[in-house]
Amino acid sequence: MKGDVSPLGLATSLLLVAIAVIVSLGQQLRLEKRLVWATVRAFVQLIVMGFVLAWLLEPSRSLAYSWLWVAGMVVFAAWTVRLRAPEVPGLFSIALTALLIAAGATLGTIFGLGIFPNEARAIVPLAGMMIGNSLSATVLAARRVTDELADKRHEIEARLALGQSSKQAARPYIRAAIRTALTPQIESTKAVGLVFLPGAMTGLILGGVDPLDAVLVQAAIMYLILGAVAITAIVVALGVMRNLFTPDHRLRPLTRTVG
Amino acid sequence: MTALFDFHGVRLSKQGTTILRDVTATVPDDGLTVIAGASGAGKSTLLRLCNRLDVPDRGVVRFRGADVAGIDPMELRRNVGMVFQRPALFAGTVRDNLLVADPAAAETALEGVVERVELRVELLDRIGDDLSGGEAQRVCLARTLITDPGVLLMDEPTSSVDPAAQRRLEDLARRLCLDGVPMLWVTHDVAQMRRLADHLLVLEAGRLVFSGQPDDRDAAGALARIGAEAQ
Repeated sequence: MKGDVSPLGLATSLLLVAIAVIVSLGQQLRLEKRLVWATVRAFVQLIVMGFVLAWLLEPSRSLAYSWLWVAGMVVFAAWTVRLRAPEVPGLFSIALTALLIAAGATLGTIFGLGIFPNEARAIVPLAGMMIGNSLSATVLAARRVTDELADKRHEIEARLALGQSSKQAARPYIRAAIRTALTPQIESTKAVGLVFLPGAMTGLILGGVDPLDAVLVQAAIMYLILGAVAITAIVVALGVMRNLFTPDHRLRPLTRTVG
Repeated sequence: MTALFDFHGVRLSKQGTTILRDVTATVPDDGLTVIAGASGAGKSTLLRLCNRLDVPDRGVVRFRGADVAGIDPMELRRNVGMVFQRPALFAGTVRDNLLVADPAAAETALEGVVERVELRVELLDRIGDDLSGGEAQRVCLARTLITDPGVLLMDEPTSSVDPAAQRRLEDLARRLCLDGVPMLWVTHDVAQMRRLADHLLVLEAGRLVFSGQPDDRDAAGALARIGAEAQ
């Protein structure tokens, strides 16, 4: 099916970006450059993605390329996580492990059990949604764990001094950090349909799919994202915690994350 | 008699700053040993080496003859209890705090340890945030005592409490020592050192400048410098 938005329509939609730029100028937010850069970057990335998808979706193309593309997305996402929270030690390998486990568990379930067809048109976008949503939860979990342990150092050392292991001493604070990292996803899952219509469902309805069919797809995607976010947040929190203690149960010197 | 703690050539730096410089000292296995020194002299760090919350870059720390590096840190910390400068109460009631230290403690044990630190048993159900500084510090002491440690490390435990609570904690410490729990007590307060110390170590800028009896003539110079700084 051909999309409804013409190149002229797309250009017209830039008016909305112009409104954001005008607001930024009017309020002296100094976000104009970032707004324009984000707009251009998103467009270029989406165009590239469109070409890649078109190439991957050719009927003769092996599915191995789609999975290779997913693997590349996982590595790039882990790298992005590291860039966003550089203060957290060893974050790249932790994020990579977390995203691989989450991808294995969630994509394995939805494709292994046949919830979605094991085809390039499903693999790449679904993996993209799963990884994209997990990325923010990963950054949030890593930062929260580091900040929580830095802020509660005196309590944690008091627990260690009582003879608790690092795992026992950190447990209450790790739990709090995981809850914080998962809350936005849980809240948006609760609000879906009432407050907003998610992207996939909106896209399907705009593309002419029956709304009830779109709902079924969207619900499955929401559960995929929720599962992936939960797995990544937990794996990252535990991995970061491990890096913040020495093997002989001492808390390493920590600095709070910035921003 | 084997020393309680032996520091041999201990050196430690943190974030590029040297905290302890080749400290060699012995802590006797009885009574109350005060580690005195001005702020930043390395007193707390020396104390934290005793239960491995810090480890030296160089040198050896021995606990009753055994290198602490060879002792399981959790076992060491259960045997060498510590009370910190700032009372660090965990969320929940006094009872919850005590149960963190010993989840299997019976009600009689909880009441016993609370009375041992001269708190009323009714306080067991009080939320930690509602306690005064002195009460909170005694809860921290009770929390340490419930694990039945053989030694106590006290890191300036009276620095955040009022004078009455300070004297009460000091009396309590003396009684615990008489009960056979040797203690290391860090302070920068010379008057407090004089009230408490059976033995004295004085640190100055990370170096040991005195080790011996508090009434020793050689202690006077080092103590005078700390006293002058504390004014």
